[in-house]
Amino acid sequence: MLMDFDYFRELFFSGLTRGAIYALIALGYTMVYGIIGLINFAHGEIYMIGAFTAFIAATIFSILGFPALAIIILAGVCAVIWSASYGYTIEKIAYKPLRHAPRLSPLISAIGMSIFLQNYVLLAQTSDFLPFPALIPDFDFMEPYAHIVGSTDVVILATTTVIMIILTFIIKYTKVGKAMRATAQDRTMATLVGINVNRIISATFIIGSSLAAVGGLLIASHIGQINFYIGFIAGIKAFTAAVLGGIGSIPGAVLGSVILGLTESFATGYVSSDYEDVFAFSLLVLILIFKPSGILGKADNQKV
Amino acid sequence: MYVVHTALTKTSRMSKKILEVKNLTMDFGGVRALGGVDLDVKGGEIVALIGPNGAGKTTFFNCVTGIYYPTKGDILLHTPGRQKPKSLKGLKPNQVTVAGLARTFQNIRLFSQMTVLENVMIGRHCRTKAFIFGALFRTKSTRQEEKEIIDYSYSILEKVGLADLANEYSKNLPYGAQRRLEIARALATDPLLLLLDEPAAGMNPQETNELVTLIQNISSGGQSILLIEHDMKLVMTLSERIFVMDYGRKIAQGTPDEIRNNQEVIKAYLGEELDA
Repeated sequence: MLMDFDYFRELFFSGLTRGAIYALIALGYTMVYGIIGLINFAHGEIYMIGAFTAFIAATIFSILGFPALAIIILAGVCAVIWSASYGYTIEKIAYKPLRHAPRLSPLISAIGMSIFLQNYVLLAQTSDFLPFPALIPDFDFMEPYAHIVGSTDVVILATTTVIMIILTFIIKYTKVGKAMRATAQDRTMATLVGINVNRIISATFIIGSSLAAVGGLLIASHIGQINFYIGFIAGIKAFTAAVLGGIGSIPGAVLGSVILGLTESFATGYVSSDYEDVFAFSLLVLILIFKPSGILGKADNQKV
Repeated sequence: MYVVHTALTKTSRMSKKILEVKNLTMDFGGVRALGGVDLDVKGGEIVALIGPNGAGKTTFFNCVTGIYYPTKGDILLHTPGRQKPKSLKGLKPNQVTVAGLARTFQNIRLFSQMTVLENVMIGRHCRTKAFIFGALFRTKSTRQEEKEIIDYSYSILEKVGLADLANEYSKNLPYGAQRRLEIARALATDPLLLLLDEPAAGMNPQETNELVTLIQNISSGGQSILLIEHDMKLVMTLSERIFVMDYGRKIAQGTPDEIRNNQEVIKAYLGEELDA
């Protein structure tokens, strides 16, 4: 078996990149769960729609002859806006009317929404894998390190890091962030201090969907192909990561994603790529047995 | 940029009504929790709502603050500078807060995972404008507004004597301090009327005395207060007028002296004598 250090480093960076993408999706799960206690199973589809939007936008802009950097940024902006409007609309249609229903009802509604969106994209687009253009160029300054970590990985890691920092800032220090935390802790009391809870929930869905759209753009560009089904697998993996880190906890989602990404990468590299998912989900089972609330999750002590 | 209602001083205050509750009725299925209650609070006044357990006092608060939708009756808020009173009936709790009513709870409901300062800042939320775009792009007005919120919150914390604990998590505060923080958070919404639901519940005599002083201080700034309380000494010391409820009805109203000698009230609290 190969145990040389370069191979290890390669696997490490590829795992980190994978983790970064999972994190972008997992944050949407965890934020929505934190605020309304719902597992938004349609979230993976938002990510898939983000990838499709980026694909369509990138094609149009490249036909129009835009430069590479402009294409990736404009495609990203389109994906974010489009996915965010989907996230917002899904919440209004499928979850808001069920706000006071038993917990199972919105969950079923979420699964229904997920299936609906998958089939909608299947009909509107195609069931074939579409070749996604490599939007992220190879940087010259990365040349000496190309055997360890590719340009795409660096862009993904950097983008994710910046987004995490912005998100942390929003949640910790801004008024919207405070209102989100207040709503998560005690929704009734939040309305009584004058917070429009519906608006805060919408904001949460918009932020979560935007992150997923960025994830969709980055991973599609990384892997090079998309179809209507990518949201399901990615969604399940990101959900696993969120549970692993402790659902409801934002640093937990990031940590869980990185652990999951690394586990998959090393399992694929040192054991066999056939066992990638086996390792990922075995890890989940172990965590759930020994620490059901997740790595950084708090015991459910104040949900009444 | 803020409307500071508290600018009215005690001496110059108008004795105009600010809250007028008319014929408030609340049915839960077949149970009538409130049967046509009338109540009013004048500007700058401290009014108490008392009654035995289960009389409907908290239901009354919940109807007024929009948590319940009353079956009948109306709730009118007279905002200074406006000709017509605003009806609060049918508004959502956050809209009632924006209209000018703030309340505290019988059992403390602070945001326990937040600091003392953040708890007060969140109360300020409804009086400021910035939303997500301002927050993302850090516009000048957003930063200015945030600074104002922090300054204002500190001034309220000083008023209730918690400024030293501003960066402590609210769950780590002693009981009495948590109660004062709830009042501070309610005050941060800049209410026309402050509703206190059993502010002295569970307090020791020392804490209760501090609370009386605090309420007097707040009131001396012109703040109108409506409170529910079981501690009769506190009620008699603080209130200018008292409303008494029993079985969902108002059975008496008047000054503390009038209430103390009211036969109906004595009967409600102590039961009827059986000498016949």
